[in-house]
Amino acid sequence: MNGQVVRRLLLGLAPWVGAILLWYAVRWSGFVNASLIPAPHQVAAKFYELLTRENLLLDIYVSSRRVVLGVVLGILVAVPVGFLLGWYRPARTFADPMINFFRALPPIALIPLVIVYFGVDELAKLVILFYAAFFSGVIVMYEGVSQITPLYIRVAKTLGANEFEIFRKVIIPLTVPHILTALRVALGVAWATLVASELIAAQRGLGAMIQNASTYFLLDVIYVGIICIGVIALIMDLILRKISARLLVWQERAMS
Amino acid sequence: MKKRAQFDHVSLAFETPKGRLNVVEDVSYDINDGDFIAVIGPSGCGKTTMMSMLAGFQKPTTGKVLFDGAPVTGPGPERGVIFQEYGVFPWLTVKQNIAFGLKLKANRVPDSERDAICDHYLSLMGLADFANSYPKHLSGGMRQRLAIARAYAVKPQFLLMDEPFGALDAQTRANMQNLLLKVLAAEGKTVMLITHSVEEAIYLASRIVVVTARPAKIKEIIEVPFPYPRDESIEERPEFGELRSHIRQLVMDEYRAQQAQMRPASFSE
Ligand SMILES: Nc1ncnc2c1ncn2[C@@H]1O[C@H](COP(=O)(O)OP(=O)(O)O)[C@@H](O)[C@H]1O
Ligand SMILES: [Mg+2]
Repeated sequence: MNGQVVRRLLLGLAPWVGAILLWYAVRWSGFVNASLIPAPHQVAAKFYELLTRENLLLDIYVSSRRVVLGVVLGILVAVPVGFLLGWYRPARTFADPMINFFRALPPIALIPLVIVYFGVDELAKLVILFYAAFFSGVIVMYEGVSQITPLYIRVAKTLGANEFEIFRKVIIPLTVPHILTALRVALGVAWATLVASELIAAQRGLGAMIQNASTYFLLDVIYVGIICIGVIALIMDLILRKISARLLVWQERAMS
Repeated sequence: MKKRAQFDHVSLAFETPKGRLNVVEDVSYDINDGDFIAVIGPSGCGKTTMMSMLAGFQKPTTGKVLFDGAPVTGPGPERGVIFQEYGVFPWLTVKQNIAFGLKLKANRVPDSERDAICDHYLSLMGLADFANSYPKHLSGGMRQRLAIARAYAVKPQFLLMDEPFGALDAQTRANMQNLLLKVLAAEGKTVMLITHSVEEAIYLASRIVVVTARPAKIKEIIEVPFPYPRDESIEERPEFGELRSHIRQLVMDEYRAQQAQMRPASFSE
């Protein structure tokens, strides 16, 4: 048991160690100008400096709050909309092309319009993140819901369930896995969209930090920002995965 | 004798991308109160479709399907269905699956009683050790028994069973057949059972409906002469053997016809 935990930890850690070694290797190989690649330990030092002197935690907090708020609002709308589209085939045929049209637009291209319609405050940034979360979530939802087999509903009907009971006791449990997947996908997409959203006159936030740093060519700060985004996104995904595993113990899964 | 279900010149065709597929054709027979009807015929001929019209999931293209004198408009708890695909709810434990029907408004029973009913069927079906397991941990045969338990638990007066013992080994199958006979003797149900097994049909049924290769028509309706209660000893009787060879012959003919029909198309059902 204990040996297994250690093994899994090592397996999980190995690629990160590999990546850092590769990073050093590229730097030392001389193929790239070393001043263009800060070393990992320099980035770590910068991280510590930003944390203690520049209140990096505030940037992390501001960005995380934007992402979480955008995802929560996006998913709150995506779940019922995606459910209806998945459930009623005609609605889907009707709405599918339009959803794919909007989904394909890069959020960054919408920024000028968002500024015109929503200004440059917090709301504008949220709109961008909401947009990204909604369209990725809604697709996962309706793809998932349209796969639900009618068998369980039939069974419930023959046992005497009324419409309300079918919804509460059959459709909801069958929908929960798709909501969780939609949440995970939307969270990933929202983090990927964060920098774009903070292009809109942001004072603080990891995306704002990266942009300011790029104006002054502070490569180590850029690295810190990128790594922070990746790590926080990873942690949030891990938490969601744990919650999913808890809620979905009943699901058939390949053996881990 | 009171008529419970009637098929009255029933036909059903599916509209498929490849055209119209006649699946049931001009089927007429009655199921009386207390009858045990076994339907036997080659796979893919339309037995499940025929049953699902009575269950309320399909509407006949022409003709009428009546239950207690009125056209069937949808499913209901007075007609319990055991599906060929089991349909055990994967998100509920074994015990919760059995309790599902008992918690519904249509057949609500008090909590204490519900627990007793669940425990009764858990032990009857040999699932007691798995009461709190999820279906993903069950074998095919156990899932099938769970589906049976869940259907029995709400005590429907009319049972529609679609190959309910198909996934069970011979011993369990025999146990389940005897259990069904016992439940029927105690609760006086009416049954329509689809099966592949000629022995099972004779052993259980009061009347056997042999259907043809697709589209399913009635080939022959056979009265089984053995009175209830029955036990395995009837299988030793000469009439049993004669009946068995007769029905086997009918089924084999239709099986061949169905094979010939399927060959040019695909292997899928
Ligand atoms: N909903 C449907 N749409 C089109 N074809 C169907 C449908 N349901 C069943 N069929 C076809 O009807 C035929 C009879 O099916 P079924 O009643 O399940 O047969 P059985 O239960 O006798 O094996 C099969 O060829 C099957 O492919
Ligand atoms: Mg069938």
